[in-house]
Formats: sequence, structure tokens, C-alpha cells
Amino acid sequence: MELLQLIIGGLANGCIYGLVALGFVLIYKASEGVNFAQGDMMMLGAFVVLGLGNSAQMGLPFLVAVPLGIAIMFGVGWGVERVVVRRIFGQPQFALVILTIAMGFVFRFVAGSIWGYTPLVLETPFGGQNLRTGGIVISLADLVTIGVTVVLTIALWAFFAFTKIGLAAQAASQNQMAAYIVGVPVMRVNSLIWGLSGAVATVAGVLYATRGAIDPNIGLLGIKAFAAAVIGGLGSLPGALIGGLIIGVVEPVAGRYAPGELAKMSPYIIMLLVLVTRPGGLFSQIQMKKV
Amino acid sequence: MSLLEVNDLAVHFGGVKAVDGVSFSVDAGEVFAIIGPNGAGKSTIFNLISRIYEPTRGTIRFDGKDITDLKSHDIASLGIARTFQNIELFDHSTVLANLLMGRHTHRSTNFVQDILFLPKVRREERAHRKRVEEVIEFLELEAYRKKMIAGLPYGVRKVVEIGRALAIGPKIILLDEPASGLSVEETQDVAFWIEDMRRDMGLTVLMVEHDMSLVTQVSDRVLAVANGKPLAMGTAQEVQADPHVQAAYLGTPEEDAA
Amino acid sequence: MRVVFKKSYDPDIDLHEHGWSRAKIAVLAGIMIILPFLVGNYYLAEAANTLIWALAGMGLMIAVGHTGQVSLGHAAFLAIGAYTDAALMNAGLPFLLAFPAAGLVAGLFGAVIAIPAVRMSGIYLAIATLAVFVIVEELVILLEPITGGVGGIMAPSITFFGISFDRYGALQNFYWLVLGVVALVTWGYANLMRSPTGRSFLAVRDSEVSARALGINVTKTKALAFGLSSGVTGLAGALMGHYIGFFNYELFSIFISINLLLVVTIGGLGFIQGAFLGAILITGMPQLIAILRDNLNATTGIDLGSVPGLDTMLFSVILILFIIFEPTGLYGRWLKIRTWFEIFPLARRDMFRRQKSYLKTERMK
Repeated sequence: MELLQLIIGGLANGCIYGLVALGFVLIYKASEGVNFAQGDMMMLGAFVVLGLGNSAQMGLPFLVAVPLGIAIMFGVGWGVERVVVRRIFGQPQFALVILTIAMGFVFRFVAGSIWGYTPLVLETPFGGQNLRTGGIVISLADLVTIGVTVVLTIALWAFFAFTKIGLAAQAASQNQMAAYIVGVPVMRVNSLIWGLSGAVATVAGVLYATRGAIDPNIGLLGIKAFAAAVIGGLGSLPGALIGGLIIGVVEPVAGRYAPGELAKMSPYIIMLLVLVTRPGGLFSQIQMKKV
Repeated sequence: MSLLEVNDLAVHFGGVKAVDGVSFSVDAGEVFAIIGPNGAGKSTIFNLISRIYEPTRGTIRFDGKDITDLKSHDIASLGIARTFQNIELFDHSTVLANLLMGRHTHRSTNFVQDILFLPKVRREERAHRKRVEEVIEFLELEAYRKKMIAGLPYGVRKVVEIGRALAIGPKIILLDEPASGLSVEETQDVAFWIEDMRRDMGLTVLMVEHDMSLVTQVSDRVLAVANGKPLAMGTAQEVQADPHVQAAYLGTPEEDAA
Repeated sequence: MRVVFKKSYDPDIDLHEHGWSRAKIAVLAGIMIILPFLVGNYYLAEAANTLIWALAGMGLMIAVGHTGQVSLGHAAFLAIGAYTDAALMNAGLPFLLAFPAAGLVAGLFGAVIAIPAVRMSGIYLAIATLAVFVIVEELVILLEPITGGVGGIMAPSITFFGISFDRYGALQNFYWLVLGVVALVTWGYANLMRSPTGRSFLAVRDSEVSARALGINVTKTKALAFGLSSGVTGLAGALMGHYIGFFNYELFSIFISINLLLVVTIGGLGFIQGAFLGAILITGMPQLIAILRDNLNATTGIDLGSVPGLDTMLFSVILILFIIFEPTGLYGRWLKIRTWFEIFPLARRDMFRRQKSYLKTERMK
């Protein structure tokens, strides 16, 4: 029973890792870049919604604050691409890694200056409510988290598989120049994808905030989410979710049966194991270059 | 005596038979050309010889030794050098450094000696440099010695790559489309160099090439392949006159009718 | 433009092509040696700190700048170096043994983890090193009997040949010790880069497939480079431990890894000089910010000291600006300025314009 309880909580946790990992995958799929500020975008998204919705702040109703927050963070993601990322267009991946790490610090500073460094709680309609079935207690927040994540993953997958823009984004990632030549507006697609990942990050942030207090340093969760994305194989949306779930479940279970330090290490040990055995992740897309 | 012997070589990628039962042998001092339409498996044969791909079946023997199970980094020290179809140079180094990298198999110092730069390292450096200067002189690269690869025109890079292969001091050199993308004059230079490599350096040359005028001019024997299978072997004229080869390039009348 | 008339290959093999650049290095070394007599203790300690950072930067430069292996986890090797050195000295070993051992342990550890990591490239390697960092950090806490766990550990005072090199008691000696180590490593690094080993690093960085065709064992080369890189970083970690005196795992946070990356990228990737320029920037910036802040406070009364995280933010903004406007780093900028003067007045405005480039997919490898 206890194990089952742990697993359900872990699944919900894993969904949040998975959602942040989706943000990584989105940008990776579109530009083969990695946005190390994704965790911090999640943090910022949560704070924006908190700023709009909490009664002590702007006091908008939850169902208004969330879409508005998502829209604002879409704008932030879009803006970041337009103002900063676009300028290093064509430079090696490494440049973007360092750039986004630095951007994460800036986001953290911005959030810290506005909302302070003491943990705050987001007011939600389903906070603190629990469902009881048998001997297990499931919080409503966990259920909402799992449901939203599943819907969002399917929607994003469909976006890349079926829409013109999604296909254009994939084309751009595989060969920027060729994509240009066949008429893909590479820059515009990139902006859109960054906006989209900002929006997804906000959803993740809100879900995270329904399950506990937030402070500007929760963005560090991005590292764990990144491990999830890598386990799944960076280019794969379902892979990201599965990676997130694996980490989400292993962590609390390891924490229950092993020393705390080992539990903290577990996501990274799993990731290293995956990388060593399958260097491109579980759903690898790496191919041999033709010479 | 044959220097390189390829026997019933095949490699399958999934269901695609990129090379399927190719056999040939190259004699020492010979210029041997492989021709064929795009996608015939010519470069794949090279990649098999330089051990980048694992063959599905068949053997490769060099100088009487079976090299089929060697690692790709063990090939150069046997005296097999190669160039690449799409130029694989070290872009952020100078021409000189690129050529010196070709001397890697001749180093006998280890990294500790290198870090301390013992007199032995300097002696070897001088020897490497002397050999590289000979290559520079041979290929007339003097003007580019200290230039970065990244800024060089395509034709020069192509020559630098041949130079890097020569710096290895090989017995056989594998040239993957040495004339592709070159002007008529540059192609003529390549033809002269190939002749000189054979005559003055005693090198054996194995090349993949589309330019039939170059192939006719320099090669002793030609192997035509299509769809991974050998079609014909002989002198350039014989191969060009072979009906199978003509069919592979031009299509057969029956196919056109169908 | 200087024309060097060469009568043998030796000027090309030498570290310096001509006497003038040799003289410049000699002057620089001279100034560094007499620095304790020129500045006070505060700035001398800062200079020692800068040198230690430059040492760590050189370590990372071998991996990132010269072999193309991005590491986000080099703080782990700093930690391994610092803990090995401190633990061995606490166990009674002299510094002259503990210090090389620290480099050796860090180097071997780096080489061992590099072997499986060799199959990965680019982003995957970066993230794997990050994972290694997290694991090392937790291991430090777990191995409490050796590392002091959360409580921390003391790096004993250095004494050998009867001379004290204590960081506080004999700062001048400590500074000279650091300077000596840095000078030796720099010399070895420069030697490496003009030898076959260094060339094989560059070959692996630029094209693995043709490196193989030239007979270079890519796996061995990468592991060697990563091992040397972590070894040098381990040495820097040992010195850092002595510089701080008493430390726990928090000294080697992920921010240290990122600061190290800053050192090599802002300094100039692929240049030994870049590690020094980057180190000067990274250790000098907080000082500069503090001075500016005090001035601002004194003249206008605005107190920015109360804004937390401002330093990190400013760092980040500088980094962003560098990546956007000068990806070749400080050293790259210096090369451009020097060229401009050397060929004056022939420099053209668009001489250094970057060629428009398109990202090549790394899914093909």
C-alpha cells in the first residue's frame, strides 16, 4: 500500500519533470539547441500566475490568471528568441548552452527582485483536497497534474506530426540552410517554438505550485528534468514524458529504501546508465554521418 | 603481386545491400579506379577498407595480412591513406598543422615526453616537418603553409587533403573522388600528381571517380560497379565498351520500352 | 608586420617564434615574481586566487577548447583534488606528495569516466558531466570519515624544506608556490600543444572520422585529454582548498562549474592565454562591482548592497553580451586589435566579419 502511494505521488512528480522536459524537447526538435533556462522559465511562469491570481497580489480568478499567465510567458519565450537567441543563430550548440544558463540566472534575479526569496504558495481551487479509495490517499492536485500532462503531450505530439508548422520546425532542425531554401521561415518558426516552450513551462510551473510552495530557486529542478529528457532521447516527446515518469517514480522509492544521498543521485545514475548503453537516449535519433 | 585483395565483400544496412559480393585485387604500383553511377556503393567500399563500416561478409587483405577485423585507427599505420568525398580536414588548424597530423603514425613519443618536450620530441618534430615540407613542395602548397583551412578555397582544401594522406607515407592511397568540384585545370593537376605518385613515390593508387577523362588518363585498370554489384573489370576502354556498364549508366532499351 | 627570416625549422617548433615575444613573456614573469613587493597583502591574495582560477581554467580549456569536450561538471574535479590533498595531509603525508597525488587521483577519475563518455558528444557529454558532478557532490557527503561530510574539512598549513607556505602566515611564499605551479603547468600545456599529442587533440576536436583515418585512437585520445584536464583542475582544487583553509562540499557548487566555463569562453576558447584573461575577469569583477557599488553609495546614496544576487546577474549579462558580440572571447578580441595595429592603416571594416553560418545537425555523427 505504502509503495503504491509512493508510486502515485511519484507519477505526479514525474509528470512535472516530463512537462519541463517537453519544453527542452520542443526547442531541441526545432533548433537542435538546448535551453538550460527551461527550469527557470517554469519558475517564472509559476510566479507570473501567482502574481496575477493570488488574492494578496492582483487577485484575478484562477481560471483567468492561468491563461493570462500562459499568454505572458508565451510572449517572454518569443521575446527571448527575438532579442537574444536569434543573435547567435548558426553558432554551435555550446554557445546556446552557456547563453541559456546565463539567462536562467537573469530570470532568477528578476523573480527574486519582484517576489522575494521566501517561499510563496499559489492559491488554487483544488489545493489540499484529497480523494480516498481503499487505503490510498490521492490528492486532487496529483490527478490534475497527471491528466493535464497526458493531454498536453498528445497535443504537442500531434502538433509536430500533423501541422505544417510542426513539420517545418522539424525540417529546420535537421538542416537550417535547406529548410530556408525550400521556403521555411526558420526564424519565425523558432520564435514560435520558444513561445510555445514558455507556455508549456508555465503549465508545468502552475502544476508544480499546486503541490507546494515556490521560490526563485525551484528552477534548479530543470536539471533533473533535463536528465529526464536525455533518458528519453532529447528529440522525442513521448520519450521525455517517459523519462520524467521514470525519474519521478524512482526518486521517492529510492528515498524510502536507500540513504537520502543515494536517492538524490538516482536520477543521474539512471541517466548515466542510459547514456552509456544508448548514447542517444532510449528513443535515439542519432545516425552515422556519411563520409 | 597484389597489394590489396578484396574478396566477396558485402555490407547490408537493414535490407539495403550497399555492397554485395565485390572482389578485386590491386597490384603494387598500379592505379586502379572504381567507377559507377551515384549510389553504386563506391564510397562504401572505401569505408569498408578503412574499417569505418563492418562488412557483413567477405575479407580484405593488405600486404598479405587480413585486415578485416582491425579497428579503423589501426589502418593508417599499415600504410593505407585515404581522402574523403566531402573533405574532412581539421578546419581550425593551419595547413601545416593538418599535414603534421598526418605524421601521427610515425610518432614514438608518449604524452609525458611531449609535455616535457624532451630533445627526442624536438628531433622527431624536425623529421616530421622535413617530410611534410616535401609534401608541400610536391603539391605546391608553399603559399598556404600558415593559412587556416576554414578560409581556403575548395580546390586548395582538396589538395591539402591529398597532402595529408601523403604525409602518412603510405603504400597505397585511396582517393575518394579527387576531381569532384575541381576546374578542368585543377583536374589536370590531379592527373599529373597521380602519375607522379606512382612513378616517383612508388605509390599504389585506388580511386573512386566520376570524371571519365581523368580515369582514362591515369588508370591501369577500372572496376565498374552498380547497385553494389561488380559489372565489369578491365582497361578504361574495355569497361566503357561493356554493354552492362552502358546499361547501368544509360538504362537498357527494354526498360525504356516498358 | 614582423618578418622572421628562418634558416631552420626550429623557430616554428620553438614556443616563441622570435626574441621579442620571448622578451615579453620574460618581463611578464619578472613582474609576477616581484609582485609581493609591489602590492599589499589584500591584492596579493587576490592575485593568488586569480592564478588558481587560471590553473583551473587551463584544466577545463584542455577539454573544452582543445578537444571539444564540453564539461558542465568540472567543479567535481576541483572537489576531488581539494579533498584528496586535504585528507592525505591530514593523514600525515607531506604537501610535496599529497599535492601531486591530488592531481593524479582527479586525473585518473576523469580518465575513467571519460571512457564510457567518449561515445557521447556535444550536449550529451555536457549533461553526463553534470550528472557526474551531482554524484560526486553527494559522495562527498556520504564519505564523511574522509571528507568531513557536511561539516567540512581543514586544509593543513603547507610546510616543506623547513619553509612555511601558510596562506595567512606566509602569504608571499604561498603566492610564489602558486605562481610556480601555474608557470610549470602553463609551460607543459604549451609544450603539449606543439607536440603530436596536442595535435591529436585538435584532430579529434575537428573531425573524428579523419582522425581515425590518420591512425589516431579517438577513444584513447579523448580519455587522455579528459584525464589531463581533470588532473590539472584537481591541482587547482588542492590549491583552492589551501587558499580557503576550511571548506565543505558547498565550496564546489554547480556555480563554480559554470564560472569555470565562463573563464574559458569569455577568455577565448582554444587559447591558453584565454584561461588567464578569463580568470582575471572572473576574479576581478566582484572587486570592480564592489568598488562601483561603494562609489555609488557614497555619491548618490543608492545602496545596491542590499539587492541579493546582483553580482551573479551582472556576470550573466556580461556573459550573454560576450556570446552574442564576441564569441571568440577576450583573447580573440585582442588578436583583432593587434592585427589592426600591425597592418595599420590597411585594416578594412569588414575584415573580421563572421561568415554567415548555418547550424549543422549533430544527430549525424
